[in-house]
Amino acid sequence: MRISRRILAGLATASLAVTATSCGGGGTSGSFDDTVTVGILHSLSGTMAISESTLVDTEKMAIEEINASGGVKVGGKSYKIEYIVEDGASDWPTFAEKSKKLIDQDGVPVVFGGWTSASRKAMLPVYESKDAFLYYPIQYEAQECSNNIFYTGATPNQQSEPATDFMYKRSPAAGGNFFLVGSDYVFPRTSNTITKAQVKQLGGKVVGEDYLPLGNTEVAPIISKIKKALPEGGIIINTLNGDQNVAFFKQIQDAGITPSSGYYVMNYSIAEEEISTIGPEFLEGHYGAWNYMMSIDTPASKKFAKSFKKRWGADRVVADPQESAYNMVYLWKQAVEDAGTFDDNAVREALVGQKFDAPQGPVEVMPNHHLSQTVRIGEINAEGGFTILEETGVVLPQAWNQKHPSSKGFACDWTDPSKGEKYKL
Amino acid sequence: MELLLDSLFNGVAIGSVLLVAALGLAIVFGLMGVINLAHGELMMLGAYTTYVTQLLFKLPILKPFYNSYIVVSIFLAFIVSGVVGILLEKTIIRKLYGSPLETLLATWGVSLILQQFVRSVPLAYGTGLVISLLIGLFLPATFPSKIKESVNFKYFKFSSWIFAALTGVLTGSLISSYVSKLSRASARNVDVTAPSWMRGQVEIIGTTFPKTRLMIIVITLISVIAITLFLNQSAWGMRIRAVTQNRQMSDCLGISTEKVDIITFGIGSGLAGVAGVAVSLLGSVGPNVGGNYIVGCFMVVVLGGVGNLLGTVLASFGIGIMTDLIGAGRLLSIWPDMPLPLSNTINFFATTSMARVMIFALIVIFLQFKPTGLFPQKGRMVEN
Repeated sequence: MRISRRILAGLATASLAVTATSCGGGGTSGSFDDTVTVGILHSLSGTMAISESTLVDTEKMAIEEINASGGVKVGGKSYKIEYIVEDGASDWPTFAEKSKKLIDQDGVPVVFGGWTSASRKAMLPVYESKDAFLYYPIQYEAQECSNNIFYTGATPNQQSEPATDFMYKRSPAAGGNFFLVGSDYVFPRTSNTITKAQVKQLGGKVVGEDYLPLGNTEVAPIISKIKKALPEGGIIINTLNGDQNVAFFKQIQDAGITPSSGYYVMNYSIAEEEISTIGPEFLEGHYGAWNYMMSIDTPASKKFAKSFKKRWGADRVVADPQESAYNMVYLWKQAVEDAGTFDDNAVREALVGQKFDAPQGPVEVMPNHHLSQTVRIGEINAEGGFTILEETGVVLPQAWNQKHPSSKGFACDWTDPSKGEKYKL
Repeated sequence: MELLLDSLFNGVAIGSVLLVAALGLAIVFGLMGVINLAHGELMMLGAYTTYVTQLLFKLPILKPFYNSYIVVSIFLAFIVSGVVGILLEKTIIRKLYGSPLETLLATWGVSLILQQFVRSVPLAYGTGLVISLLIGLFLPATFPSKIKESVNFKYFKFSSWIFAALTGVLTGSLISSYVSKLSRASARNVDVTAPSWMRGQVEIIGTTFPKTRLMIIVITLISVIAITLFLNQSAWGMRIRAVTQNRQMSDCLGISTEKVDIITFGIGSGLAGVAGVAVSLLGSVGPNVGGNYIVGCFMVVVLGGVGNLLGTVLASFGIGIMTDLIGAGRLLSIWPDMPLPLSNTINFFATTSMARVMIFALIVIFLQFKPTGLFPQKGRMVEN
């Protein structure tokens, strides 16, 4: 009995290994001198699978594009990129465990992975202790700056700050009072602390704030609070997560909290993918802020959307997180080619200053391992996309937010050994 | 006055969601003593039934009746969850009566299976499967008694299952060829949109109320009244109460306890399906929707006193009104100039997260003094 179980376990591992390698790379064209294997680590099962699997699709596409154009060229040799996809299973300790496996066992030079802040916080000690490198593609609350992570998503000053400014100064509800709603975890709470400080600076007023525990969809108390705090309409900043948004938007519409009666919701977690899930009829007239929106009318953006649809199906959409994921693969390739080696430390040095013509426009890697990006404010339209209203110039990332009381006056710079993770400006 | 009305309405609205969700559990857990952790997933099946019904009513033949799909889906959800519940009772729970720990684990397993089922099986074929279960379970019962008593009845039974399977496959492929949205498996949450007459709000005595909330209150009221009448007025209701109070004695007096168990479990599960329709009006429908409610359901049943419907009703409205009073900071608006330390405390708890903490704390304290809930069951079952 015991032996057969062992054989079974062995078979299972073997078949897993087969699937893992069979995932690797596309066709075998003979023009490469060698191959390099990178790690992709996102949730392919569990709650986060729906969101994170879109990133895996995008990263695969970027790798296939690079291979099709000759692969990575290092030291006069061309390398074909292959990949190992690991499943983080929406479980944060699993992310850490799979990171260890990718680094130690598979020896990958880089891992593209993560979505939730919780998964990143779980992986961070692994990458720092092994001095490996993680590329993380999601807009997040910042207040972190690791030498071993490269962040391609927006920091709050590249998303929520321009959005708050727009809502208070130029939206139809300009000058109105603010109400903040979010899910009860680190991103909404940090983001709202920053928003409160900013609203105060602008001379506005935050009249209420509430957080819904994750998994809870009873929003009736929040709605009565909004109606009490904003009887004549006003600005609602929404950082709810996932399907809590569906409950929220369905019920505020039933309760008469709509753009036509003077309530405007600015969303930080709703992109094209989420709009189609919630239903545009509930979201029309509200706002969103992102670096990339599918409706950007440039050749680069159109090409990105078109190749994604061609690769994965005509009904698929691209959104901000996917664009970040796409950019990071290309930025890694450029850094490796500049460094002339796959060695972590050399690539890290070469990474800072890399420029890339991303679908959103030009981006550049800053010394704090974040990207300088363009911020866009869009109004959600009946077709389920954004009508872009405003576009900032390139905004520099602040790893340590300048409006958050705990990090005001600090910055991060990994190019200067005397400065590092957190130094006083 | 307006404030009081508003607060009362909100409390009742929150409470009725809890009540409709817990009603089925009050029967299954309360009367039968089965700890059914798959109760939330039976709700989820009800919610998915609403979604499927909505899409079927968009087909050209049924389009003229689109506005009434929600009423139809209440009955369909009752049947779907009821049938799945009966199958669950017949195959798993029956063998585990009297061993609560094993029941707990087994039903938890079932809940995981059901969640994965809706993720990985196209809903069209899921519908087909439920239809074949329905036919397979109930067709033999409609045969004339002459066949039922014959020696070859098992062959008739077997052939009716074959017929059921064929019908199921046929309906499954029919639906999947006509409704493309149901033909592919998807883990993505789906959306039930209420018909236009149920959206927006109505004005009663100067205050506005959302129509969906009113609809849920109506569904809850009808379910509670129907189940009370059934338990207290019908012959089967009397048998159910008899078996609850003393199983051996009822068995001796000629009540088929096996049938009573099936009917009780079926009704409890069916009510979970009705609850699924109600919650689909509030949020999105997904594999995890039931899990969001299961803790609340057990809380209500335990607080109300196991085995007592009136207790369940009072407990859910009590929790609803408390949630609104604490969570929305109502006390402050009722009594604006209360002393500072008190108003600070109330403000601290006036967020949804903290209100939950407060309510759970109050329930724990309450159960310290009355461990058997608001209305403890008296009788032999308790003594055993």
